[in-house]
Amino acid sequence: MKLVTDNLTFKPEKEYFLNKVSLEFEAGKLYTLLGRTLSGKTSLLKTIAGLQPIDTGNIIFEEKDFSSIPVWKRNVAMVYQQFINYPHLNVFDNIAFPLKQRKMKTSDIENEVSVAIHKVGLLGFEKRKIQELSGGQQQRVALARSLVKKAKILLLDEPLVNLDYKLREDLRNEFKNIITSDLSANSILLYASTDPLEAMQLNGDIIVLDEGEILQSGTAKDVFENPTNIKVSEITNDPAMNILKGSIDSNKIILNENVQFKIPKHVKNIQAGTYHFGIRASDMILDDKGFDFNIDIAEISGSETFLHLHQNVLNIVLLIEEVRNFNENDKVKINFNLEKLYVFDGKGDLLFSPFKMN
Amino acid sequence: MAKIEFINVGHSYDLSAKNPVYALEPFSLSWENGGRYALLGPSGCGKTTMLNIMSGLVTPSEGNVFFNDQNITSVKTQQRNIAQVFQFPVIYNTMSVYDNLAFPLKCRNFNESQIRTKVNEVAEILNLSSFLDMGAKGLTADQKQLISLGRGLVREDVAAILMDEPLTVIDPDLKFKLRRKLKEINSKYKTTLIYVTHDQNEAMTFAEKIIVMDSGQIVQSGAPQELFERPSTSFVAYFIGTPAMNIYRCSIDNNELVLGRCKLKIDKNLDQIKSEQLKVGIRSEFIELSDKPQENSILVKIKTNEDFGNYILLTCEFDDFEIKVKIKRDQSISSETPYLILPKSRLCLYENEKLIN
Repeated sequence: MKLVTDNLTFKPEKEYFLNKVSLEFEAGKLYTLLGRTLSGKTSLLKTIAGLQPIDTGNIIFEEKDFSSIPVWKRNVAMVYQQFINYPHLNVFDNIAFPLKQRKMKTSDIENEVSVAIHKVGLLGFEKRKIQELSGGQQQRVALARSLVKKAKILLLDEPLVNLDYKLREDLRNEFKNIITSDLSANSILLYASTDPLEAMQLNGDIIVLDEGEILQSGTAKDVFENPTNIKVSEITNDPAMNILKGSIDSNKIILNENVQFKIPKHVKNIQAGTYHFGIRASDMILDDKGFDFNIDIAEISGSETFLHLHQNVLNIVLLIEEVRNFNENDKVKINFNLEKLYVFDGKGDLLFSPFKMN
Repeated sequence: MAKIEFINVGHSYDLSAKNPVYALEPFSLSWENGGRYALLGPSGCGKTTMLNIMSGLVTPSEGNVFFNDQNITSVKTQQRNIAQVFQFPVIYNTMSVYDNLAFPLKCRNFNESQIRTKVNEVAEILNLSSFLDMGAKGLTADQKQLISLGRGLVREDVAAILMDEPLTVIDPDLKFKLRRKLKEINSKYKTTLIYVTHDQNEAMTFAEKIIVMDSGQIVQSGAPQELFERPSTSFVAYFIGTPAMNIYRCSIDNNELVLGRCKLKIDKNLDQIKSEQLKVGIRSEFIELSDKPQENSILVKIKTNEDFGNYILLTCEFDDFEIKVKIKRDQSISSETPYLILPKSRLCLYENEKLIN
């Protein structure tokens, strides 16, 4: 079983929603569409579901043209960002809805729904009204309804993005376990996200989208370790990889008059000239023997502190894996883990990576 | 500008009930002039009630509120010199940006030149100078939110600016810029800023001091690093930080903590502590990996290994416990059954869910 999108293009006005999107999805696998807002993630999901038109291209599912099949006959289930449920029905009836539509036997419906309710952790909530549930619980109902359909294609469009920070963290792991345990040789799973951390945790194949176009696809590890260009490096890491303009001259990397260092071993036979050097925020450290920088602001995310630093026109973000207090305008000394240096050419394409390139 | 003090302030919306339920349990707390504070907690924790008591929209059923040592508990909102910024921008749609910013000063009968000077100054710092003649209606959500904030800043007599989830409608990219702007304003004008949010990241990034609330109670008030390293209750230990702190029931034997089959040393005299309701906690970030047993080390089995890009999160098992450990992405793991070192200075001990100091 395979889902193929062939050259999908949709450009309703000036901007591309989808631009020549050709992909192949195999059964039994999890695919994460990773990209910023308006990168084409939702468009692609909606197109597969039949909720959005295309200008050109084809969708082929199980060797048949999908585009002629109307929405309600497609074997697709979708969970949205917004918590979409039937407000007049209780939890049980919300989940049972697609099965009742199919005129399934009542006893079978009860079985199927109770399995799903158990799976999403809503045991005891069957009779509750939707309005009496928290956002997280409402999203559990929507997920359960999509699961009972046993659709061959399950689409999740940033299902956790509208939840509180802590709840999102709690549910991320749980949702991952629910959807992957349900993933069989008969189903394809697509999950859209803007969050690189979430994409890494889902640990499926990542498809990086930008302005409706596919920039890169591969396993989570490959895409993270070897981003083909600067744009991908920004989209696949939070904070985005530091991209520093500099040059190579007489066996030295020169970022400015103060910040210069030896060329690391993995950067072989590089010619003199100007380049973009990439170093992740997590590959830099505070170091008494390092370079002087000024603190612009310290941001805290979860347990991490992002230090935004500058030296003249050189701006850098450094990541510390704990919460620390820093004052704006204080000075710090930092150093680079050069074994983890990336080099991109003038156009932004990857030349050297610290990891083995395919 | 003012120092704000709450003395035994508490509030119940239903005093006639026999056992009134407090939306806000009585507490005392002071906000220093020029400070940057966040009220952090899940919805329904009482943070908005606290904010409304400060602004005068709610009169507390108990206790007194002081601005600069003056009791203002029953003073009306209009007379308190509090500026507020809400979730959604509040602007006068029919007026220009200039008139929007000038409005609070016009109402207070400032003269034209005073108004012009102040409005221009505030517009400058908020990057609104080039929009002053435009109608406010056509601006983007973040610019409108800046106007709401600017109306608080033009008044020099403002005791504090209260912000209730002010960045809800703002795009993630712009949130960063606005947070930075807020800090800049705070250091330039020394205006007390009080920021209400349920988002720990926003609170931790914005505030010098965070007041964490849960079910109508203040559970901790301190700097972000303090909340992270020494959370005063097990709730704070869970709520602050990703992942939540590892916490386990434990008992005491011979001045050591007993955790399943393991014994841990701690920098504390445990003689006075009863061990019935005792828990011990440690952050994933403070645990180290080792090949050999050492002081305070436990032998574990690695259950899962999740690559988050910036770090690797190991979930390990020992006895019936599960413990999460954060390690660097390039750290090599030589064994599936390593020792974890729990440094004794990093252990937090909780009795009845409260930190023992």
